[in-house]
Amino acid sequence: MYANALNSESAPAVQFGIFTVGDVTTDPTNGETPSERDRIKAILAIAQKAEEVGLDVFALGEHHNPPFVPSSPTTMLGYIAAKTERLILSTATTLITTNDPVKIAEDYAMLQHVADGRVDMTLGRGNTGPVYPWFGQDIRQGIPLAIEHYALLHRLLREDVVDWSGKFRTPLQGFTSTPRPLDGVPPFVWHGSIRSPEIAEQAAFYGDGFFANNIFWPKEHYMRLIGYYRQRFEHYGHGSADQAIVGLGGQAFMAKNSQDAVKTFRPYFDNAPVYGHGPSLEEFTEQTPLTVGSPQEVIDRYAGMREHFGDYQRQLFLMDHAGLPLKTVLEQLDLLGEEVVPVLRKEFAKNRPAHIPNGPTHAALVAARDAAQDAELAGATRTAAPVAQEA
Amino acid sequence: MAASTPMRTKRTVAVVSAGLSQPSSTRLLADRLVQATERHLVERGFEVEIVTVELREIAKDVTNNLLTGFPSPSLSTVIEQVTGADALIAVTPTFTTSYSGLFKSFMDILDPSSLVEMPVLIGATGGSPRHSLVLDYAMRPLFTYLHALVAPTGVYAASEDWGSNPDDVKPLPERIDRAGAEFAAFVERSDRAGRLVDPFAIPVSDGAGVGGFQAQ
Repeated sequence: MYANALNSESAPAVQFGIFTVGDVTTDPTNGETPSERDRIKAILAIAQKAEEVGLDVFALGEHHNPPFVPSSPTTMLGYIAAKTERLILSTATTLITTNDPVKIAEDYAMLQHVADGRVDMTLGRGNTGPVYPWFGQDIRQGIPLAIEHYALLHRLLREDVVDWSGKFRTPLQGFTSTPRPLDGVPPFVWHGSIRSPEIAEQAAFYGDGFFANNIFWPKEHYMRLIGYYRQRFEHYGHGSADQAIVGLGGQAFMAKNSQDAVKTFRPYFDNAPVYGHGPSLEEFTEQTPLTVGSPQEVIDRYAGMREHFGDYQRQLFLMDHAGLPLKTVLEQLDLLGEEVVPVLRKEFAKNRPAHIPNGPTHAALVAARDAAQDAELAGATRTAAPVAQEA
Repeated sequence: MAASTPMRTKRTVAVVSAGLSQPSSTRLLADRLVQATERHLVERGFEVEIVTVELREIAKDVTNNLLTGFPSPSLSTVIEQVTGADALIAVTPTFTTSYSGLFKSFMDILDPSSLVEMPVLIGATGGSPRHSLVLDYAMRPLFTYLHALVAPTGVYAASEDWGSNPDDVKPLPERIDRAGAEFAAFVERSDRAGRLVDPFAIPVSDGAGVGGFQAQ
């Protein structure tokens, strides 16, 4: 079974990492606003630090409006690929609605080759209204766009020559997306959504991963989405519900002493985009997964996530928004990598059933494809292995 | 027995009152509308449960929800009570020719589809009878937009209606009773609370899932 094939000896069961929105925000403690260049360089430094402190994944957002800088994720991820050796490069999210699926297929297959396979992607619709018309689309068609564009992307990454026509894009006749995916295996795809059962259904249908950003809102909201996705993953025959590939976000700010963390983070919290000037830090940390305190408090909060969501494959943290200076973010990553993640790895390994798949890697996907092909050559009954199936 | 759904003989009526002062004439009007509605529903053989929401008490949570996009646990309970009711009585003071900002803020945090087919009785208060069209220029279009079923008769109470110089041709108690009687007939027909749909419910059949996906 596909899910079992994702287990290889070297890969971590749960992949830990960070994801960034890439906002340029004024530091409320000194009024300083980084330049675009400074922020872009800071993001690149943060990604390299992620590998240095032992994290597994760096995921970059995609935005097309200020104050966000990452409009061209594969450019930045390509640079990071050259500067790192183990880090999986991902997105949070790649806009499946307003990007041309042909360009996504090309860009991410290219990145796969550049990064020796250390690439996957999280697809999202984007919720900034004007971005749709700027790219010639209509936000009211967000879900149909996500469905049609991904259906095409899925084929482009699996079929060498594609004939296609649909509602939203000019037709293709005899089109080959180049380069072809590394080793003939497409990058693993996560579908991200914060509210739509249709996207959870889409992820389940294809046997892809589902990522819930799990920040800014109560976890109960995301539990419903994940629960739905798991049930539908099983319905579509990709494995049991507990084998569905789940990724979660999270948010933390730490100091050795809990009170120091609260004191340092409060001005950033109070003025933050998204939630600033609203609920108090105490209310928000109680109601959402944001944890501000000692490393142990972060460990306790996130070790408990598997009880709410089931055993899962990827945990990303938002560590660098709201105007936090680079120096502070790098210190946070030291704490995350040295004190939190090693303990969480042990906690997550406790009583994790053997049939739960590990976080997906290129090597595991290649092995799964090869195993399926060997089985076929041997004349054995073909097992359900969507990765290796021709669409 | 299992084949037919038993008649529901209970109706839950949510009341949203947006008055800011305490005591509030808006709440006073809301209470009178509730009493009239309840009386006529009981006459029609219904058991009535009233859930009253004073927006003043949750004003901070409403603002936080506007800013963060999610309700606090206590506000979440209130929203479920209001949107899950069989009927809604909504009463606002008239501020600057319209419903109050707090009233609109509360309406803004509701899912736009959450009041579809909800029977609504609208009421408003104001300092002068010359603002009475606030019902038909502000309140009624708001609920029509949300696809709620607004009762034809709404009730506007000016300060003078409560005493010194009341309208003696159509006094307030008479208007309230007429609105309550009309509304009770609306509420009797409403069965929306019995058929609310959970968007995350697992599809019952093995057919297409949401978004039109078909099992392979």
